[in-house]
Amino acid sequence: MRFWFGAAIVLAVLVAVTASVQYEYFFFAGYTVLMFIVLSTAWNILGGYAGYVNFGTPAFFGLGAYSAAVLYKATAAPLVVQIALAAVMAGALGFGAGMLTLRLRGIFFAIATIAVTVIMETVFINWRYAGGATGLQLLRPAPIAPFDSYIKMLFVVMGLTAIVAVAIARYIERSWLGRGLRAIRDSEEAAEASGVPTLRLKLIACTISGALMGAAGAPMPMYLSFIEPASTFNLNYAIGALASPMIGGTAHWLGPVIGAAILSTLQQLITVTISNEINVLLVGVLLVVFVVAAPDGLVGLYRKIFGKR
Amino acid sequence: MGMPLDLLLEAVLFGILLGGFYAAVSMGLSVSFGLLDVPNVAHPAIMVLGSYCTYLVVAKFGLDPIVAGLALTPLFFLLGMAVYRFYYETFERRGGREAGVRGIAFFFGLALIIEVGLILAFGVDQRMVEAPYIGKSIGLFHDIRVPMRTLTVFAVAVTMTIALTLYMSKTFTGRAIKAVAQDEPALRLMGANPVRIKQWAFGIATAASVIAGALLIIVGPVEPGMDRVYIGRTFAVVVLAGLGSMTGTVFAGLILGISESIVLMHPVLGASWAPAVSFLLLLVMLGVRPQGLFGR
Repeated sequence: MRFWFGAAIVLAVLVAVTASVQYEYFFFAGYTVLMFIVLSTAWNILGGYAGYVNFGTPAFFGLGAYSAAVLYKATAAPLVVQIALAAVMAGALGFGAGMLTLRLRGIFFAIATIAVTVIMETVFINWRYAGGATGLQLLRPAPIAPFDSYIKMLFVVMGLTAIVAVAIARYIERSWLGRGLRAIRDSEEAAEASGVPTLRLKLIACTISGALMGAAGAPMPMYLSFIEPASTFNLNYAIGALASPMIGGTAHWLGPVIGAAILSTLQQLITVTISNEINVLLVGVLLVVFVVAAPDGLVGLYRKIFGKR
Repeated sequence: MGMPLDLLLEAVLFGILLGGFYAAVSMGLSVSFGLLDVPNVAHPAIMVLGSYCTYLVVAKFGLDPIVAGLALTPLFFLLGMAVYRFYYETFERRGGREAGVRGIAFFFGLALIIEVGLILAFGVDQRMVEAPYIGKSIGLFHDIRVPMRTLTVFAVAVTMTIALTLYMSKTFTGRAIKAVAQDEPALRLMGANPVRIKQWAFGIATAASVIAGALLIIVGPVEPGMDRVYIGRTFAVVVLAGLGSMTGTVFAGLILGISESIVLMHPVLGASWAPAVSFLLLLVMLGVRPQGLFGR
């Protein structure tokens, strides 16, 4: 109950901000932070709970973005439908990739996800209708009623997506699914021997995780009014989605949220004030420092210091 | 598929040359990931670091790039030993799957740090080296012209591969490395120290990547972000080969090189489909025969 109360407050604050702040760049940056919260939360469902590293965030994110763009080009469907289709397509990709490689050890899955990303990028580079390598220009429709600009609307839509993603992750964490995934992470053989249906649980996690990443990608073409393969399937999405849970903590649903909020806010500030390179360096250094010195992330540090379990 | 025979032959020839190069760049990973089971996703980044070090040595002392690469091997050997020691103390010793996830994240972070370090030191511009065999080409068979640099790289790659294969099967340490990969607890029972052997092997793997780095900068200009393409390629070769098989690595490299080259020269498919080849091969292999071509 407290969670939903908190979620309602967050949503109310987001809407209130769109009504009071007029500075457009704020929403551009805020959208990115919220998007990385969705991506990190989605990544953590498989990576944090089950211990299977996914380097293929760009594949799922990009497939979502392209599904939305192609659907919009073909039918001018509303944003909600675009997001739904994106989630279905990316979820199906997660299921397929999982079927192929989740039987194997985690590192093989990690490598396979890199492969899927490159194949996806190549497919969209060669698909004329979706704009090919040069990309596709898209005209935004008019924003829907209470919002006076499209970017503000996208900001709230991404906020809502983040709340849904976090709610799903929180539900998984506390349900039979989460317990099964944790058993897999601690010892897959022991879990299998105790009757945990390991492959099925991993597939469910991979599908949900992929679908959420797809949903995070869906509004991107509208956000940029443009879509193009090289930036859509960029490794930077994989870096952000992996680094945030490691920094925030992978055991608790709050970990990826805190990690993504801090990391991508810092990145936004550094990209604007210093340079994009320093920003990647920061992620690399934080990643190494946290996995070495604070393996349970910020949430783990908090628990250690305040003695809470 | 509508490809004239002479074009196909030319594609296969270039594919073999390219494949030798791919085998050489994957050799280090074949040891560190294939044999030692270390998820070394920083391998290509270390290789690119090697290219830049080669560039510096060539620019400073006017050495041949291959000699420069060889001269750098002791340094990279020590670097590799240090990296493995750190990895062992922080992750491997604690064990468990969780350590696995953090281990991958650690090497990923290391790769990013190397990449950005290179950007900060050298900028994003491409760097290249000069050597007598760079920029010339010779005619092979009737009318196929092959760049000298590609031939040189192929020769070095083959030599390196043979040397490493011999080292692994003929010397005492080489066999010890294979033993550690096969059955670590048994080695411990024999009174040998597996960690020291693995540290040595990781040093060799890293030394092999500086030579690969020298080859990389001979093949063409190098820029810091190049490691990203090679993460997938090198892992594809090692998995396709069957983890840790040196002969397999050569064959996998050749398969990858030839198929990429055919797609590249294919009149309908062309360059835009070429990158997907290695990864499609890899996915099919993982689905059908995850132990690789030469795996047990």
